[in-house]
Amino acid sequence: MQEELFAPGHRGCAGCGAAIAARLILKGSGKDVIVVSPTGCLEVISSPYPESAWEVPWIHSLFENAAAVASGVEVALKSLGRKDEAKIIVIGGDGATIDIGIGPLSGMLERGHDVTYVCYDNEAYMNTGIQRSSSTPYGASTTTSPAGKVSLGENRPKKNLPAIAAAHGIPYVGTASIAYPKDVIRKVKKAISIEGPKYLQIHAPCCTGWGFDGSKTIEIGRLAVETALFPIYEITDGKVTSVKKIKRKPVEDYLKVQRRFRHLLKSDRGEEAIKNIQDIADANAEKFGLDL
Amino acid sequence: MKLSIGSVTKPGSTRINKTGSWRTFKPIIDIEACIGCGTCSMLCPEGSAYKDNVSGKYAIDYDYCKGCGICAQECPVKAIEMVMEEK
Ligand SMILES: Cc1ncc(C[n+]2csc(CCOP(=O)(O)OP(=O)(O)O)c2C)c(N)n1
Ligand code: SF4
Ligand code: SF4
Ligand code: SF4
Ligand SMILES: [Mg+2]
Repeated sequence: MQEELFAPGHRGCAGCGAAIAARLILKGSGKDVIVVSPTGCLEVISSPYPESAWEVPWIHSLFENAAAVASGVEVALKSLGRKDEAKIIVIGGDGATIDIGIGPLSGMLERGHDVTYVCYDNEAYMNTGIQRSSSTPYGASTTTSPAGKVSLGENRPKKNLPAIAAAHGIPYVGTASIAYPKDVIRKVKKAISIEGPKYLQIHAPCCTGWGFDGSKTIEIGRLAVETALFPIYEITDGKVTSVKKIKRKPVEDYLKVQRRFRHLLKSDRGEEAIKNIQDIADANAEKFGLDL
Repeated sequence: MKLSIGSVTKPGSTRINKTGSWRTFKPIIDIEACIGCGTCSMLCPEGSAYKDNVSGKYAIDYDYCKGCGICAQECPVKAIEMVMEEK
């Protein structure tokens, strides 16, 4: 059997994108890592006490402070003279990263710690029952941005954390999707090989929270990329150094296969919102030159 | 790396939880049709699709496979069929 650094038996839903992300990240990093995880689905499914799915040293921080804990681990290893023994990786959800943990993350980036921060982006607080986060896309219905007679779901666009991370002047920022596993592995390998703070955001569809069959996790991830709603790129030393070019599909192809967007297909106002979503995709394609 | 203090649980100990019991549909690989691309093994959330080092063919570890169907969906030659579990 192959080496599995993220063991089976974990409690992820059948078809969980976050579990796929964890496996791919560890395939990229290899075993000489220390992983820090804030509270969230990945942490909960991988550590039902007294069990652990992790085959590498792993520490659970609080929901808000994974970047601070990782900074401390890095400084501790340095002062013990054991820095060469392991790379430090944070694997945290979008809520932990883009909402509540953004302060500690900014501090970690600004202080220059040699840590790779990986956000698995499932675009809401899944672990506590699908509440919106600042990474929830415009138009998505969640339990705290419910679509109804008045509301069309989330009314604000997704926060652009890769751009915020890059604005710290760090050496490497990347986005990836579990739908392109080799790209995820390559980017993790690359990130950990670079000295200093690195930020990676990996799109990881959640069948339970987004409302699609667990067999479609990869297909949905691919559609997010192919519609330009989740652009894939790398920023090295402040410059965009690679983009994943696409043969673009209309955003409806992505929206219509998920429960969280279904309300948009049922009204004139929904149709307006779909136009706005297409505008977001067009702007991404334009900005990164995504079209083949 | 070896840590001397602080470890509270055994690495990989979720393996005591055989999630194969969750399954409603079971993936069956047609090993004649399989081209050995490894996609199923790369994408399985449980790491349950694997290359058998003895036969060199791909196989599924039913102890943990939750039957999500990702492997069948993504197999480029449709060599995996999902069939209803009989229990
Ligand atoms: C300070 C604090 N507030 C709230 C919570 C409850 N809580 C635990 S996980 C979570 C959401 C996690 O969302 P995300 O980081 O996106 O991870 P996901 O579960 O979606 O994978 C919340 C609100 C907490 N643990 N600590
Ligand atoms: S709710 Fe979503 S992220 Fe959480 S375990 Fe289930 S599929 Fe994975
Ligand atoms: S059905 Fe899902 S859990 Fe089972 S082997 Fe295929 S991908 Fe893995
Ligand atoms: S994805 Fe299909 S062809 Fe590829 S190794 Fe798996 S069963 Fe074989
Ligand atoms: Mg989340």
